[in-house]
Amino acid sequence: MGDYLLVTIQVDMHDRLALTLQDDLTTRIAQTKARAVLIDISALDVVDSFIGRMLVSISAMSRILDAETVVVGMQPAVAITLVELGLSLQGVRTALNVEKGMAMLRDLLDASEELKDAGSSE
Amino acid sequence: MNATDASRLPELLEKNEERLVTEWTRQMNGPDVRNDALRARETQEQCSEMIRLMVEATRSGNVTEINAAEWNPTKDLLAGISRARAKQGFTPAEVATFVFSFKRPVFDLIQEHHADQAELMMSEVWAMSALLDKLGLYTTEVYQKSREEIIARQQADMLELSTPVVKLWEGILALPLIGTLDSARTQVVMENLLQSIVETGAEVAIIDITGVPTVDTLVSQHLLKTVAATRLMGAECIISGIRPQIAQTIVHLGVDLADVVTKATLADAFVLALKKRGATVTRQAAK
Repeated sequence: MGDYLLVTIQVDMHDRLALTLQDDLTTRIAQTKARAVLIDISALDVVDSFIGRMLVSISAMSRILDAETVVVGMQPAVAITLVELGLSLQGVRTALNVEKGMAMLRDLLDASEELKDAGSSE
Repeated sequence: MNATDASRLPELLEKNEERLVTEWTRQMNGPDVRNDALRARETQEQCSEMIRLMVEATRSGNVTEINAAEWNPTKDLLAGISRARAKQGFTPAEVATFVFSFKRPVFDLIQEHHADQAELMMSEVWAMSALLDKLGLYTTEVYQKSREEIIARQQADMLELSTPVVKLWEGILALPLIGTLDSARTQVVMENLLQSIVETGAEVAIIDITGVPTVDTLVSQHLLKTVAATRLMGAECIISGIRPQIAQTIVHLGVDLADVVTKATLADAFVLALKKRGATVTRQAAK
């Protein structure tokens, strides 16, 4: 069944920490069989291209493990920086805050459940 | 000027303060100066204060270099007078006249006390003249600076006024832009909008540029960045009110609006925004 993982990033991420996060997260998803991951970056004031690529990687890895990811709480300054850096964060879903992120994940999981049901009823 | 000559000035100024103030104010109430009973009192006080400070400053022996520390109290007083009068609408000439009117009374005084020493009298008069010229010019500089400060502040106010973010509906914000967009303003616009989106949790933002006469490459880039940043944050941007001329300019500039939703009017954009929020507008049947 759907299990939600909530990741709140509260420290300015330096590169090694980001890699550790990637490892921990993918391990956790596999262990708990989570179907949804919510990454809250509202405490991050500063983001560089490494973090940007990390978010893209986490999204992709999660999808392979059958989990949907949504990044929430991006600050304006961070959004502007990412745009200036030319990073479009392809494939990363975003929402304004945790509530909207959860709603989005719920819709996504419901939709995929429907697909599974539709597939299995044939 | 050597030390012995300079030492007479402080003494002269100090001993004759009252007379100097009277003659100075009389000198100032000439044909080209504003008149006012309240101001007369205030001016007298300023003159006395100025003379006292000049006595202190000239005691140091330095009557030429007004940027030295001993002249700071005098300069501060003059700066205060200059700023106050600039605010009251005096012209730079009128403000400088405050200082220059002091020449006549001082020269008369020096003349009386050195009547039999022509050379000494000349050098003292010259020294005072040069000094008062410098102080007068200083008031003009301060005046200029304070006018510039006023202009800068008004510009900042105008910038604030012209980039409001308004709430059209639950979760729908609109940013009606009016007037020419320059790089600085567009950046302020971008930041304001993104901040409002975070604060209100709005998922749709409509940027209406009906009131923008022209758009150049820099501005279109800024707008595109705003749209991209909004999307990154998890919201959406619609640009409306693109006039035919602007549409032409955008195409000619080769700006790619491929993944930006655009609508001709704010009304159309609003309807689209409502749809995204799952709301519709229906007309009630005629009664």
